[in-house]
Amino acid sequence: MIHFTTSLRRCWLAACFAASLPLLAQEPSTAADAAAETVASAEAAPAVPTAFPDVLRALGGASLSERSALLDALLAAKHPNTAAVLQAWLEDHLHVRDADGAVFITAETDAGYALTDPATLATSGPEPADGFSKVGSNNSLRKLLRSALASFTLGSPDAEVRLSAVKEMLRAPDESTLNVLRERRAIETDAAVQAAIDAGLAYADLTSDNADTRLAAVNVLSGSLAGETIAKLEALRDPANEPDERVRSAAAVAISSISLKRSLYSGIETLFFGLSLGSVLVLAAIGLAITFGVMGVINMAHGELMMIGAYTAYVVQLLLPNHLTASILISIPAAFLVSGLVGIAIERGVVKHLYGRPLETLLATFGISLILQQLVRSIFSPLNRSVATPEFMSGQWVINDALSLTWNRLYIVLFTLVVFAALQLILRRTSLGLTVRAVSQNRAMARSMGINSDRVDAITFGLGSGIAGVAGVALSQLTNVGPNLGQSYIIDSFMVVVFGGVGNLWGTLIGGMTLGVAGKLLEPAVGAVMAKIAMLVFIILFIQRRKQGLFPQKGRAAEGH
Amino acid sequence: MKMNPMKTALLAVAAALSFSAQAADDTIKVGVLHSLSGTMAISETTLKDTVLMLIEEQNKKGGVLGKKLEAVVVDPASNWPLFAEKASELIDKNKVSVVFGCWTSVSRKSVLPVFEKSNSLLFYPVQYEGEESSKNVIYTGAAPNQQAIPAVDYLMKDLGVKRWVLEGTDYVYPRTTNKILEAYLKAKGVKAEDIIVNYTPFGFSDWQSEVSKIKAFGSAGKKTAVVSTINGDANVPFYKELGNQKISAEDIPVVAFSVGEEELSGIDTKPLVGHLAAWNYFESVKAPANTAFIKAWHSYIKNDKRTTNDPMEATYIGFNLWVKAVEKAKTTDTAKVIDTLPGLEVPNLTGGTAKLLPNHHITKPVYIGEIKEDGQFETVWQTKGEVPGDAWSDFLDGSKDLESDWVKLKCGNYNTKAKKCSN
Repeated sequence: MIHFTTSLRRCWLAACFAASLPLLAQEPSTAADAAAETVASAEAAPAVPTAFPDVLRALGGASLSERSALLDALLAAKHPNTAAVLQAWLEDHLHVRDADGAVFITAETDAGYALTDPATLATSGPEPADGFSKVGSNNSLRKLLRSALASFTLGSPDAEVRLSAVKEMLRAPDESTLNVLRERRAIETDAAVQAAIDAGLAYADLTSDNADTRLAAVNVLSGSLAGETIAKLEALRDPANEPDERVRSAAAVAISSISLKRSLYSGIETLFFGLSLGSVLVLAAIGLAITFGVMGVINMAHGELMMIGAYTAYVVQLLLPNHLTASILISIPAAFLVSGLVGIAIERGVVKHLYGRPLETLLATFGISLILQQLVRSIFSPLNRSVATPEFMSGQWVINDALSLTWNRLYIVLFTLVVFAALQLILRRTSLGLTVRAVSQNRAMARSMGINSDRVDAITFGLGSGIAGVAGVALSQLTNVGPNLGQSYIIDSFMVVVFGGVGNLWGTLIGGMTLGVAGKLLEPAVGAVMAKIAMLVFIILFIQRRKQGLFPQKGRAAEGH
Repeated sequence: MKMNPMKTALLAVAAALSFSAQAADDTIKVGVLHSLSGTMAISETTLKDTVLMLIEEQNKKGGVLGKKLEAVVVDPASNWPLFAEKASELIDKNKVSVVFGCWTSVSRKSVLPVFEKSNSLLFYPVQYEGEESSKNVIYTGAAPNQQAIPAVDYLMKDLGVKRWVLEGTDYVYPRTTNKILEAYLKAKGVKAEDIIVNYTPFGFSDWQSEVSKIKAFGSAGKKTAVVSTINGDANVPFYKELGNQKISAEDIPVVAFSVGEEELSGIDTKPLVGHLAAWNYFESVKAPANTAFIKAWHSYIKNDKRTTNDPMEATYIGFNLWVKAVEKAKTTDTAKVIDTLPGLEVPNLTGGTAKLLPNHHITKPVYIGEIKEDGQFETVWQTKGEVPGDAWSDFLDGSKDLESDWVKLKCGNYNTKAKKCSN
């Protein structure tokens, strides 16, 4: 009889499942197999275990979709070791022994897994990793796990820990988490944690039956800046959802005040995006401003000098795998030296023989750029290489719910300004800078004053190339380190130098920043592709009107050429 | 010794020159048309090595029809018009029996007239946008219904996604795929305001505004996902920016169609962990055929750290299909081989069977995996059987009435309403 009902239920379930699934027509086999899987879980369903050890054992054999129900059972069991199990699960340290289905918290050792029994926390010796399968998780499970774990730290004496726990729990709030938070709110003493809980509870209160509660919730939320708040309040403006006039008007007022603040902050954000794009452009172009702007050499291999700088950062990181921050700091001077030396070699070997013949210089340096690219492909393979970002440069600086600035961009803006200032110092305040300027303004006169113009040419080219290398280190933190790195920046670099005014470092700085901000202002309106096209068209028209760029060189030097 | 691409390219050119003078009777020539320099070298070099490995293995087994196979490798240098030139060189000058090659759709479109004019045979191993079926091309990569549509189904059903960002690089594959997906989502009842479609240029690196837009779009209180057809180099800065702006896979998952093991091996995977990719093969799939293939690949390339990926599996399937067809037809004559191919079955690497359909596409299983820190994928969803490839999407106007059948209809774009072949 029991057999009969079981098989009956199986048929019914399978039929029901197959009928309800809106399947792709071309996947007939999926229907049958998926149905079979559901039946298996349905058979296990009556025995959803409640005791802690039983739940754990069931967890080992369960599919990903069954595990979220088992997670609830695990929490309901309220075993003292639940937090440890969840933590291990989240971090992929929960394994099931294939031989007997026992679940363990594992730690990797040379001899395999060191095992900890979740129920007793008794440890046993390492066993080979082959005999174990991971109790895996997916995105939705991990979200639930984090939220569940957060509820364990809600009682922590540290207010910071409580605050992050509240935020974690509010990412996926359901009735039980809200109840936990209400209980916590009654005994919470820290103001920041109180505010976070209030904001979270206010979301829930928006759907309350009591109009006064809803009104209070709207008032609490009117101070928030989160985009989600607007979406939630928007629903309350509709008379169909909200019968109370007071709540509707309060919601409307709150929405307009939040939107105003948000658009202000989004303006600041766009400006920051523009400045950071601008500083990348300036960084890429500033070396070129020296070789092209000051010396007049059209160096098509400029991008490849940046690429060499980026690969230097990669190699330095390979040599110092455990000191991320130090490796980045060391790679700045290292890249300057390597790219600078390659630059000097290019100048001595090729460019020197082609002064006064710009077309041939262009072709020769273009050839060099191809040679350098293929050289890197041969040495490092055509695959991109990864340069890790140190901890202090990742993540963002959260100013409020509407505005946060990413650290890596912020550092690169600062870095660009430092490089710019250093370069200005070298050119304006050192004897090297004096000779460089003298040779670029009037070569014959400089030579007659006893300056070795050959040597100055080499050093100037080396300086510009070295700066390109430094720019490469910065780019390695933003984008791919690969053989094609330079190509994507060469056109932008020339654009900035020409736009800013050839031979003028300030022009490069202002030009780069202007192009960056203008690009980012256009991008949300017309899309990234059109923004790029619009910028190029703008520059072409601009150069037609003002051949010398934004800041033309003035005085005798400029007229002499 | 490690073979570097430049050396290989030089050798290949030398080989091409010297062998064209020889009598062609004692070997069967196999053309390899993959970029070994330029932007696409990053992906295509691997496929060239895969074909060479398969040829070496086949020759160890005695070749085909008692003759040894001989590879003729050319370098179209990521230059689309050059693809057509190199294809004619392979066909007319080197008299190859078959060509394995191309990666980007634009390169395939560029060589298509060459293959059709000379009635030669091309095996194309990369997932693509569909809307094409040529008599002379065997498509062993996924059509949109074998990758994009199942991925969107997974997001919709298993993750409950309600709002969609279709983010792509600005060229033919993302544009067509997104057009199909948009039509599909709307047919499933998704409102127009819950979909944004956005394109960026090749190699785009400044993702700040785009990611900030995604974040704002995703904060409307409905579960949001990004469907990414972002190609190649632009992916790394995209995921980095997602990580920096603290958009986690748990809140807004990104499912990518162009990020595989090979692409992941070159980057810092931390910001990507938990994001998704949809393919027809993962290196991590446990199957005896896959284990053997990975072992053979490691020993051929002499590097245990090299990964395998989906287009490599497609190349493997294509190569075996061709060998089987030649052996069945008992000739390398392309017209006869093309007629023999449909209906043939060969094992794929994940324990199933790839069958060549009359529309010159194959059956493939679909896998969805989460990216792990070691650059591999953990399968979170898969179809139990294989999905047959559909050349013409059922969700686009003008394409849903078209059918491709090279066996009965002898036509790549038969209009089922007008009841005639449009070419």
